[in-house]
Amino acid sequence: MFESSLKQLGDALRAKKISSVELTQSYLERMAQLNPQLNAYITLNPELSLAQAKAADTRLAVGTAEALTGIPIAQKDIFCAKGWLTTCGSKMLHNFVSPYDAHIIAQFNTAGAVNLGKTNMDEFAMGSSNETSHYGPVKNPWDTTRVPGGSSGGTASAVAARLCAAATGTDTGGSIRQPAALCGISGLKPTYGVCSRYGMIAFASSLDQAGPMGRSAEDLALMMNVMAGFDERDSTSLQRNKEDYARNLEQPLSGLRIGLPKEFFAAGMGSDVAKAVEAAIAEYRKLGATIVEISLPNSKLSVPVYYVLAPAEASSNLSRFDGVRYGYRAPEYGDLTEMYEQSRAQGFGAEVKRRIMIGTYVLSHGYYDAYYIQAQKIRRLIAQDFVEAFKQCDVIMGPTSPSTAFKLGEKGDDPVQMYLSDIYTIAVNLAGLPGMSIPCGFGDNNMPVGLQIIGNYFDEARMLNVAHQYQLATDWHSRAPQGI
Amino acid sequence: MSLSTQDVEKVARLARLAMTGEEIETARTQLNGIFNLIAEMQAVDTDGVAPMSHSQNLTQRLRLDTVTEANQREAFQAIAPQVEAGLYLVPKVIE
Repeated sequence: MFESSLKQLGDALRAKKISSVELTQSYLERMAQLNPQLNAYITLNPELSLAQAKAADTRLAVGTAEALTGIPIAQKDIFCAKGWLTTCGSKMLHNFVSPYDAHIIAQFNTAGAVNLGKTNMDEFAMGSSNETSHYGPVKNPWDTTRVPGGSSGGTASAVAARLCAAATGTDTGGSIRQPAALCGISGLKPTYGVCSRYGMIAFASSLDQAGPMGRSAEDLALMMNVMAGFDERDSTSLQRNKEDYARNLEQPLSGLRIGLPKEFFAAGMGSDVAKAVEAAIAEYRKLGATIVEISLPNSKLSVPVYYVLAPAEASSNLSRFDGVRYGYRAPEYGDLTEMYEQSRAQGFGAEVKRRIMIGTYVLSHGYYDAYYIQAQKIRRLIAQDFVEAFKQCDVIMGPTSPSTAFKLGEKGDDPVQMYLSDIYTIAVNLAGLPGMSIPCGFGDNNMPVGLQIIGNYFDEARMLNVAHQYQLATDWHSRAPQGI
Repeated sequence: MSLSTQDVEKVARLARLAMTGEEIETARTQLNGIFNLIAEMQAVDTDGVAPMSHSQNLTQRLRLDTVTEANQREAFQAIAPQVEAGLYLVPKVIE
């Protein structure tokens, strides 16, 4: 059952082979047993989960069930869920029980899915290893001395360890794709604007995008059918017709043109990662694809550009945490300014403070044009590289991350080293394109390697097709960590 | 470019983050490392390039100026650090 696809689970529920309450109970038992060693979840609320399961069983009984009705889905703790503690991985929100639902949460509720729990994450989604969480690091189920990646590390670990059927993540600079790669699962960051940001705690608003994480491309397609859609409460949400993301899954790949950016295959990628990615490309040739060499000349600038834009937007977004209306307030202070300064100093962790300071500096008087505007201009150059590239190919492929999962604590002292682990994923966020990661083998120490697939705007259905056909021909995605 | 101790103190003040002298020095070293990474950007010729904030070049959507949210004052204040008589309490700001 823990190996079943979302489609199989939905079929079993509708055929009354199992009830949603039984399914949810089984997951809760498995979580009670395994979560202590992985720390993948911050908050469990069996009472709320089982109430949703009971309601789903009623829908299943009366025949109004949809594809995900009754299926236990974990939610990244960045999504506000009414009645649930929603911490965003921070001490700042250690007591924040959300009074409302994020759009994404409401979509899952409408679909009748069961919220199985809130997954651990880097504090305010700032990190690539899940070590910045106030609630302790998450462990990679393939090797518990290694990181799961981040910032959606709790989700990635939970999916890989079969502690949920599928889950949500968010991706600002690679936070869905990099942990998916490091934990050997599949993850999709949609085109910017496809999933509403309403109720998703903001990090860098022009880059943040929610997306699904699961064990197969087919599962991601079903999740996308629930998550995507226009929402007037998000001013950057795109008004588009509803689409079925599973509609193209079965199409053959003959004639598919795959672009390989020469910059992604240059120095910097681990040889074990290169070997697995090249083998995946060879598999795609067998499936009928042709390979085109392309160039993304400005992609090397994406890390510097990102570390101006994302902290700038974060410093503005996180100014709302002031200890007045919700969240942490310091126990002792004198005047109002001291109350702000102490609450924020005690409520935020080191990485969050670092980024707030970078952002505050680059937005301060006299530096705005030199940093923020210059970064936004280079952002356009990076996006234009992709426009040119997609004239020659249908999808772009490369590694998701330069290495497999590193050891806990290995990159702790040097923020710059940590930032570079998102070198292949950030350009996609800057351009607003959809990107995904699927497992494509194992590298050194038997740790999973991810293949990144980048699509043109709104081409998610084709990307899922490209991933699904590979998953029909290979079994990397169905490998499970031993001993878990 | 290199940030001085005074620069970092000023940024911390603007960001409303209380920091000890030791924390300021650690932050200074780390921020300088990050600004070295960012410096690569400065040499790029961007004359005539328009800044980009949204890939679809959206304009801000407008809506009618009508009340759409329900009043949830009690629910919102239930999670506040300190309230009294429906008001958020903070240290005195006006003498």
